[in-house]
Amino acid sequence: MTMAKAKDMTGSSTVAKINLGQLARDNGTFLALIALIVINMVITPNFLQVQTLYVNLTQVATIAIVAIGMTLVIASGGIDLSVGAVMALSGALAPFVFLSEFGMASPGLALVLSIAVALLAGLLCGMFNGWLINQFAIQPIVATLVLFISARGLAQVLTNGNLQVFDNPAFEFIGSGRVLGIPFQALMAVVFALILSWVVRRTAYGRYLLAVGGNAKAARLSGISVNRVRLATYAICGVLAGFAGMVVSAINSASDANQTGQLMELDAIAAAVVGGANLMGGKAPIIGALIGAAIIQLVKYTLLANGVHDAVALIAKAVIIILAVYFQFNRAE
Amino acid sequence: MVETPVLKMTAIRKSFGDVPALTDAALTIRPGEVHALIGQNGAGKSTMIKILNGAYRKDAGEIELDGKPVRFSSPHEAQLGGISTIFQEVNLVHYRSVTENIVLGQEPKKFGMIDWPKAHRRAEEVLQRFGLNLDVRQPLHHCNIAVQQLIAIARAVSFDARLVIMDEPTSSLDSQEKQVLFRVIRDLSAQGVAVLYVSHHLEELFEVCDRVTVMRNGSMIATHEMSDVTKLGLVSEMIGRDANQIAESGATGFGKTHAGSKTVVLELQSLSNGTNVKDASLIVHLGEIVGLAGLLGAGRTETVSMIFGADQPAGGNMAFKERRSFFREPADAINAGIGYCTEDRKAEGIIPGLSIRENLTLAMIPRMAKRGVIPRVAEREMVADFIDKLSVKCAGMDQPIRELSGGNQQKVLLARWMATQPDLLILDEPTRGIDVGAKREIQTLIEGLSAAGLSVLMISSEFEELVEGANRVVVLQEGKTIATLTGDDLNEDNLLAAVAGEAAGAAV
Repeated sequence: MTMAKAKDMTGSSTVAKINLGQLARDNGTFLALIALIVINMVITPNFLQVQTLYVNLTQVATIAIVAIGMTLVIASGGIDLSVGAVMALSGALAPFVFLSEFGMASPGLALVLSIAVALLAGLLCGMFNGWLINQFAIQPIVATLVLFISARGLAQVLTNGNLQVFDNPAFEFIGSGRVLGIPFQALMAVVFALILSWVVRRTAYGRYLLAVGGNAKAARLSGISVNRVRLATYAICGVLAGFAGMVVSAINSASDANQTGQLMELDAIAAAVVGGANLMGGKAPIIGALIGAAIIQLVKYTLLANGVHDAVALIAKAVIIILAVYFQFNRAE
Repeated sequence: MVETPVLKMTAIRKSFGDVPALTDAALTIRPGEVHALIGQNGAGKSTMIKILNGAYRKDAGEIELDGKPVRFSSPHEAQLGGISTIFQEVNLVHYRSVTENIVLGQEPKKFGMIDWPKAHRRAEEVLQRFGLNLDVRQPLHHCNIAVQQLIAIARAVSFDARLVIMDEPTSSLDSQEKQVLFRVIRDLSAQGVAVLYVSHHLEELFEVCDRVTVMRNGSMIATHEMSDVTKLGLVSEMIGRDANQIAESGATGFGKTHAGSKTVVLELQSLSNGTNVKDASLIVHLGEIVGLAGLLGAGRTETVSMIFGADQPAGGNMAFKERRSFFREPADAINAGIGYCTEDRKAEGIIPGLSIRENLTLAMIPRMAKRGVIPRVAEREMVADFIDKLSVKCAGMDQPIRELSGGNQQKVLLARWMATQPDLLILDEPTRGIDVGAKREIQTLIEGLSAAGLSVLMISSEFEELVEGANRVVVLQEGKTIATLTGDDLNEDNLLAAVAGEAAGAAV
């Protein structure tokens, strides 16, 4: 009788332990972010300064915006290597429009048009990726390699490979403006994340996306057009990359086809994976991508602010990705 | 004197999670004999092979090779121990030379480098044992499939195999190539190498095998000398029906309360797909349950997936209601009023990571969504309604579907199609892998739907399900409709005879 009772009690305490572990695992990313912030408060000089927050928010926004799109693509069971190159193209196209003769003549219209053209370029690039994957049944990693190479090339041709410096305060607002004291692009990252996480949860497209990524065969047999879902997903990812490209140009007051978005595809994939995206598809943790981007940014910043070499920062990033994947496998069990 | 068998497996047990795959499997193979292993889908043949070659670990039981107990933990170990497996899909390295494929993993070495002249010689020797003279330096993919298969066998034998396992070796061979393979098998046997031959083409067994073991539901049913059995006898053992004994009625949840009318809902004429479906024809009337029977490989699943637009036919005609053409995509078929519950729930049915709710309403989303947004309340009400109506056992509608039992998953998938209110519901083995209780519930449910005017086309390998459930049963053999049984003709004897292809009396 007492033995049974004792056994029962140990049993229930194990249950409690598992739940605690589960909690840590489910919210691991968030806890890691908190831990990073606490560590920084202790070791990094001047960490709790408003200036530090601004620097980080400004830098994290582009990664976050691209990572949101990447999360959708990964949810569909794919991957998009072209985002960095698309950023370079869109980032070069916008100034190209408002620096033209027409742009000089009617600056107001040109501003709107330049943004529209940059976003449209992102959209078309994304649709091209989706079309390539659908039409020829190519693996996404190969299909998006096409634009990974050629979109940047196109941007370089457009700008003759030169830095295009401009002075356009209205456009620069995208990269250095503030709304209620918050950097505009950080605000946009949050807006995009909120909209798309609503889309994933509540719309037909969101449901289709998770179904296609979770089991494409079953999705097709349930009447879902797998091709259309893919096309839309890569298109959204392209538009977001296009926006991020403009942000980079606006921050620098110059477009740089050679440097804009370099290695962004890797940062974005890393942020998505750290945020809980599963490379097998079927999961779209958009808010997770925001947190993942913040973690990557913060690690970079921590090392930099403490005088650690850039190359070491890259290694640290690799460790984070390995940890994220490790925890993901544990979660899967 | 009793000869020591080359292989003796006794009381083998294996479960995957809670699902038992083998309960009491046994197999004894004599040296140099060609031994057939047959059984329906899910009987445990492939699990048996995988345990034998070390790909799976057995839960219990004994395996003896040449009288000595063995335990292989990988296919490679099994190969070194004398058991080689040749899988359905030839798994060789296509872009490498014939020699490399044969010596792979046991290359002759000289000073740490591969001794190519010796390797080529060895490859040639091995192939000559099978009367094959070809350039061993050419890349493998230059050879046709039959030759590739022979190379796979040659490779297996070059490991000094005592036993070669062949899993559906003739599936990609034409009749002439088959004869070459059979000759090789006889040669092997003459050289003292035993062959375990797994196939669902019963005629082949009579041509090449010495003995046969029949499996059903994870157990060994019987082992016979090939000369002692008939095709009909084998089929009845595979299916678990004695040809002379009719099962008592009431073994299923079906009761034939539905009648069916004269209005034709679906008509299929001479459907073919260019491969295994050659001449499939059938008619489904309004409110009728039509069974589709046949052995494994008869082309049943291929036929219904063409009806549903999931695969495109090579020939034939179809009429569904007023429409007189095939569907290009499943989405078109769904819009026209067809639902399709696939046989393989895991690969083609459920979206494992999504909840019961999301899985249940998947086919309904296009009709339910308003301007692309899913109405939350309406969705939850609909799901709650179905969970209640079908008594799905779950922790709640937001529980991931992968956590449910097979029977409850199947109920959710049935609900997915019921929600779309189709005119025709296609069910492929609707009660396979489901426990007895849920099975009855699902059968009763199907009966009820049909009584309410739904037409059902049901593939089943269970005779009692067909005889008690269906108004008519269409029998496919080798991709051809060979009989339609109805009324008094629809009994287990006739069905058994028709499925085995001895349907002289029963054909209509």
